[in-house]
Amino acid sequence: MNPLKPLLEPVIQPVLNKATAIIPIHWQIKGAHAFQHAKNRVGRGRPVPTFKEVPLPEVSTLALQDIDLSNPFLYRQGLWHSYFKRLRDECPVHYQKHSPFGPFWSITRYEDILFVDTHHDLFSAEPIISIGPQPEGLEIETFIAMDPPKHDVQRQAVQGVVAPKNLAQMEALIRSRTADVLDQLPIDEPFDWVQKVSIELTSRMLATLFDFPFDQRHKLAYWSDVAAGAPESTGGNANTDEFFRAAADMAKQMSLLWREKEARKAAGEEPGFDLISLLLANDDTRDMINRPMEFMGNMVLLIIGGNDTTRNSMTGGVFALNQFPDEFTKLRKNPGLIPNMVSEIIRWQTPLAYMRRVAKQDVALNGQTIKKGDKVVMWYASGNRDERAFEQDPDQFIIDRKNVRKHLSFGFGVHRCMGNRLAEMQLRILWEEILKRFDHIEVLDEPGYVQSNFVRGYSTMNVKLSARH
Amino acid sequence: MGKITFVEHSGTAHIVEIAEGQSLMQTAIDNGVPGIDADCGGACACGTCHVILHSDWVQAAGSINADEQGMLGLTPEKTDASRLACQITVSEALDGLIVHLPEFQM
Ligand code: HEM
Ligand code: FES
Repeated sequence: MNPLKPLLEPVIQPVLNKATAIIPIHWQIKGAHAFQHAKNRVGRGRPVPTFKEVPLPEVSTLALQDIDLSNPFLYRQGLWHSYFKRLRDECPVHYQKHSPFGPFWSITRYEDILFVDTHHDLFSAEPIISIGPQPEGLEIETFIAMDPPKHDVQRQAVQGVVAPKNLAQMEALIRSRTADVLDQLPIDEPFDWVQKVSIELTSRMLATLFDFPFDQRHKLAYWSDVAAGAPESTGGNANTDEFFRAAADMAKQMSLLWREKEARKAAGEEPGFDLISLLLANDDTRDMINRPMEFMGNMVLLIIGGNDTTRNSMTGGVFALNQFPDEFTKLRKNPGLIPNMVSEIIRWQTPLAYMRRVAKQDVALNGQTIKKGDKVVMWYASGNRDERAFEQDPDQFIIDRKNVRKHLSFGFGVHRCMGNRLAEMQLRILWEEILKRFDHIEVLDEPGYVQSNFVRGYSTMNVKLSARH
Repeated sequence: MGKITFVEHSGTAHIVEIAEGQSLMQTAIDNGVPGIDADCGGACACGTCHVILHSDWVQAAGSINADEQGMLGLTPEKTDASRLACQITVSEALDGLIVHLPEFQM
C-alpha cells in the first residue's frame, strides 16, 4: 500500500468522474494530471509504450499469426497495402495475439466490416474507438464511443449544427475564406501544401464552425494533433505532459467561449450559426457546460473529427491526382466531376484507418469465433481496397468511379460520420476554387507521413503551382 | 399497373410504376428520381434514402424496426411520417402512394 494513496485519491479521483459545475474544467484536468504524475512516481500508473521505427519485413516473409496491423509505421513505409491484401485473401478475420496494444481481431473485407459496423447490438463502441486505451486519467466521454440509447441522445443534441440546412448558411463564408488562402499562395515556387493550405483551411473552417477567435485558430489544429497522437492509443508520438497541457488549455478556452456567447445571448444579441450558439439555443443542451465531461467530449469530438480527416483529404487529393495524371486532365476538362471526385478522394485516402469495437457476446464471423470481450478492429482502409466490393480496380484513383459513395471512410450504421456533408462541402469548394486559379499542382517529392495506426495522414508535401492561363 | 408519386422538395412530381417486390429506394433510383443518395445501397446503414410519406400512407407502408428507427434518428429533418426508402417493399397494395423527398439527405 503506498502512502500517497489515501491522501490523493479522495481529493482528485472523483473530480473527473462526477459532473461538477463548481470546479472549472481546466483545473480538474490539471488535478488529474498531478494525480497521474503522483501515481507514476510511485509506480502505480499504467506504462506508456514508445515506438521506434525500424524497417518492416515484406508481408510474404511473415507467418499469418505474426502479421500486426497495429504497427504505426505501416502506412509511412508504404507496406499497408500488401499487408491488408494478404489478410483479405488468406485470413479476412484475423487474430493478432501479441501486439503492443494487446490482442485484437482484424476485419479486412468490405462485407464483414459492414456487418460489424451495423451490429451495435453485437459489437460495442465503448470505451473507446482506438486500438489502445485513452491516456490514463483523462478518459473523456464522447458519443463516438457510446452505444445506443445514450449515443443517440447525445448525437441528436448536436447534429443539427452540421445539418445541410445550416451548412448552406455557412457555404459563402467558407468559400471566401478558401479563396483568400488560395490567393496568397506563391506561383512557380516550391512550398508545403500541408502547412499553407490543408492545415490553414481546416483551422479556418473549424474557427468558423465554432466562431473561435480567428487569430488563435492554429490552436485548434494543434490540440487535435496532440489528442490523436497519444502513443498508448494509436502508436503516435505525442507526449503525455503535452497531452494534459493541451487538454487543460482547450477546456479553458472553450469554456470561456461558451460563457461569452451565453452572456451575449442573455444581452439579447441575435445568435449566430456557430456550434456553441446552436447548443445554447437548444433546450437539451443549453446547460451542457454544467456537465463538464459531456461538454469536453463534444468539443473534443468535433475539433478532432473535423480536423486531420479533412486536412489529409485536402493533401491526399493533390497527391492522388499527381499519381494518376490522366485523372487531372479529365478533371480540367470536366469540373462537373468534382462532387464525385471528392468521394473518390475520401475513399482513396481513407483518412481514418479503422474504428475499434468490443464483442458483447461470442460472434461467428467468416469461419472464426470472436469471443465476448475481444477487441475487433474494422479496417476501413482495407475494405476500401477490397476487390470483392468495387467493380473498378479499387487501387486506381478514378474520379468518375461508379457507386463511389459506398466507400467505408465515413463508417456505416448509427455512428456514421456526423460531419460527412461538411467535409464533402469543404473539399468541393476547395477544388472549385483551385480550378478557377491554377492549371497544375505539381508534387515535387515524396510526402512526409504521420506516425500512427489510426490517422492516415501527411506531415509535409512540397508542391509547385502553375497559374491558369 | 399501380403507380407511386415522388414529390421533390421543390414540388416537382415524378409518377412511376410499381415493380412488385422492389424496395421503394430502388424504385426511385431506377426511375431517375433525384434526391435519394442511398450511399449504403440498401443496407439500412447510411440514412441517405430518407423519405416522408403522405400521412394517409403511414400505416399501409408497414412497421419500422429498431435498426431503421436508429438510422432515422441521425436525420435532423425527421418527422413522424419519415421512413428509409430502402426498408419499404412496394406492392400493388401501395398503389397511389405519395412520397415526399426532404430538402437534403444527411
Ligand atoms: C473526410 C473527412 C472525415 C472522415 C473520413 C471522417 C470519418 C469518420 C468515421 C470513420 C467515423 C466513425 C464511423 C463509425 O464508427 O461507423 C466518424 C464519426 C464522426 N465524425 Fe467524422 N470524418 C470526417 C469529417 C468529420 C467532420 C468535418 C466532422 C465535424 C465537424 C466530423 C465529426 C464526426 C463525429 C461527431 C462523429 C461521431 C458520430 C457518431 O458516433 O455518431 N467528422 N467520422
Ligand atoms: S440506402 Fe442506406 S439506409 Fe437506405
